[in-house]
Amino acid sequence: MARTMTGAEIVMQALADQGVEHIFGYPGGAVLPIYDALFQQDAVKHILVRHEQGAVHAAEGYARSTGKVGAVLVTSGPGATNAVTGLTDALMDSIPLVCITGQVPTHLIGNDAFQECDTVGITRPCTKHNYLVRDVNDLARVLHEAFYVAKTGRPGPVVVDIPKDVQFAEGSYVGPSNVVHKTYRPKVKGDQEAIRQAVDMIAAAKKPIFYTGGGVINSGPAATQLLREFVRMTGHPITSTLMGLGAFPASDKQWLGMLGMHGTYEANMAMHDCDVMVNVGARFDDRITGRLDAFSPGSAKIHIDIDPSSINKNVRVDLPIIGDAAYVLEELIRVWRARTPQADKEAHGAWWKQIDGWRARNCLDYKPRDDVIMPQLAVQRLYELTKKEDVYITTEVGQHQMWAAQFYRFEEPNRWMTSGGLGTMGYGLPAAVGVQMAHPDALVIDIAGEASVLMTMQEMSTAVQYELPIKIFILNNQYMGMVRQWQELLHGGRYSHSYTEALPDFVKLAEAYQCVGIRAEKPGDLDDAIKEMMSVKKPVLFDCRVHKEANCYPMIPSGEAHNNMLMGDDVSEEELEAAISEEGKVLV
Amino acid sequence: MDSRPISNEQHTMSVLVDNEPGVLARVIGLFSGRGYNIDSLTVSETEHEAHLSRITIVTTGTPMVIEQIKSQLERLVPIHSVNDLTVSGQPMERELALIKVAGKGEKRVEALRLAEAFRAQVIDASTEHFVFEMTGKLNKIEQFVLLMKPLGLVEVARTGIAAIGRGPTRM
Ligand SMILES: Cc1ncc(C[n+]2csc(CCOP(=O)(O)OP(=O)(O)O)c2C)c(N)n1
Ligand SMILES: [Mg+2]
Repeated sequence: MARTMTGAEIVMQALADQGVEHIFGYPGGAVLPIYDALFQQDAVKHILVRHEQGAVHAAEGYARSTGKVGAVLVTSGPGATNAVTGLTDALMDSIPLVCITGQVPTHLIGNDAFQECDTVGITRPCTKHNYLVRDVNDLARVLHEAFYVAKTGRPGPVVVDIPKDVQFAEGSYVGPSNVVHKTYRPKVKGDQEAIRQAVDMIAAAKKPIFYTGGGVINSGPAATQLLREFVRMTGHPITSTLMGLGAFPASDKQWLGMLGMHGTYEANMAMHDCDVMVNVGARFDDRITGRLDAFSPGSAKIHIDIDPSSINKNVRVDLPIIGDAAYVLEELIRVWRARTPQADKEAHGAWWKQIDGWRARNCLDYKPRDDVIMPQLAVQRLYELTKKEDVYITTEVGQHQMWAAQFYRFEEPNRWMTSGGLGTMGYGLPAAVGVQMAHPDALVIDIAGEASVLMTMQEMSTAVQYELPIKIFILNNQYMGMVRQWQELLHGGRYSHSYTEALPDFVKLAEAYQCVGIRAEKPGDLDDAIKEMMSVKKPVLFDCRVHKEANCYPMIPSGEAHNNMLMGDDVSEEELEAAISEEGKVLV
Repeated sequence: MDSRPISNEQHTMSVLVDNEPGVLARVIGLFSGRGYNIDSLTVSETEHEAHLSRITIVTTGTPMVIEQIKSQLERLVPIHSVNDLTVSGQPMERELALIKVAGKGEKRVEALRLAEAFRAQVIDASTEHFVFEMTGKLNKIEQFVLLMKPLGLVEVARTGIAAIGRGPTRM
């Protein structure tokens, strides 16, 4: 028998039945009935943020560090529009979220009512799917569908817009097991014949490489284990995108580091020169491929992805396998075992020798200084001092993000939360709030830039309220460093509006938020200051004053090929001038 | 690497969707957001009980883009199936047009004579005008409209293409 309850009660019941323990939100007129129902139950805990964008990023951090669906609750109009950046971020990075938005009552929809906006219209292109629920009897089904759509296939954000009269109306409740989606059936099992062909191609390769992405992490812990198993069975080199860091341990001999625009020399050169490329859960994004017509010209490409629209979108591949990474990897291992292919020891030895030659360039080297903290050093010391802890890293967007990816070494998945696809400044602090909520005893650090962190700084107040001891480690160069670097390389060093003339005193700001501020100004201060930060049981704003004009290398300039990288140690003025073509300049 | 020549092709796709609010907006938003061409688009409910509508889209692009369009459409949640009719074989394609022509004397006689030759029906007339109704393939309609121009063409309304695959089976 279906039970009868109000729309608002249905929302709470559906959330509880979907296993939601935490929901990030902000109240307003159009969601008051849901807030009232929230008040009268204890299954779901609500975290009050300070801005709806923060709620969505917090839910993203929560989702990425747990593998669960993140939940958000916001009001109509400005509540919904404030959530749009976060929703777009989650769509670009394939993060499963359900965002409930309040809406004006159905009879007022379309009348420009107070705090009305066309939420489903606005969020249609920035969600995986969205719903406007006009009948309370559809509400339970739609909510369960929303969770199903958010987490299956290629994950993504789903919005459920609920008019206020529907929240008050009485209707019947159905549980999650009674809901089957009419049309949405993602394909998870890869084609067997294609899997056999893939094994043949990998077995015959002389210069193979694995190129993996966020899809492996999204697939879950089994995919990570299977990836490690398969890559070790083959003995082949592996690199990953920004989104995929942690799926393969950074300490492993087979690991080449991250690839792409600020990836390592060895990873990019190996991608360029390989003869068989095995892409698992990555999407040939433009940060990865560089100039498309010069992207890995001599290789046969295998592409494993759960989303058929990722296949042949940017790069035409030779063997697509559509399916879930874990399933396909398991089958690859099974077929590989049955086949036990003879390794071409000579060819693989020569390939590794070539790779070791590239490694010897030490592409991440930088000139150490003892008068000022180099940002790379700050991340290195942070890594060395925290690596034994139960640590989760989030970031903002800019140079510091790339230095974090280069110098913080990840051994496990779900430990690294960064805005990859959208590149959203202001992501890291609220994401850290979400991560800490899910892992109360862990060390959660946002490696931040001083410009980015000001975009969502108000969430420090959330961290204080919920006693979340997040650590905001700001690489403070007073510049929008990444913008300054591009202006130096592409715009004749005219630093148009990339310097922040009036920054707050972050230590005093921390005190104003009633948390702890720490400052480090000289390389000699660094270790003690980091240790102090780790020992504080409160949220910390760490103002790490770094070299103002350091650049992030290596770098593949926009529009260039993988084998045309700028290296940090020896870039001359002429090389810089020559490095970026006119066509490259129009690219971002 | 792609060795195929990068030339544009025109394809007709038939998209079976759940007839729910917003589904057409999703399809159109996909095309405008990703910069795909729409040469023709028609939509109507086709199976009332099953809540199904059929959208017929004619689009132009490189083979890689056409392939993308199909998989992007398939990714939309309320979509049942996407069929590239051009790939499955020469589809039957028809369009309906209403053509208003005004004039007197020789021109008027000539317009009526041509309409008969093209099997267009007269659905409204006065001593000064005709409205012709005509169904057929795209180029037949275009040719007729072209011929009407010097004979006093006033305006044209067209439905866009409805298309269906050949043979006894459904898509
Ligand atoms: C919301 C938003 N606005 C603008 C940008 C463009 N942008 C990319 S990096 C960057 C500078 C970031 O500065 P900071 O946070 O200080 O980091 P740094 O590069 O100095 O490490 C800007 C403005 C962006 N990514 N996101
Ligand atoms: Mg900065």
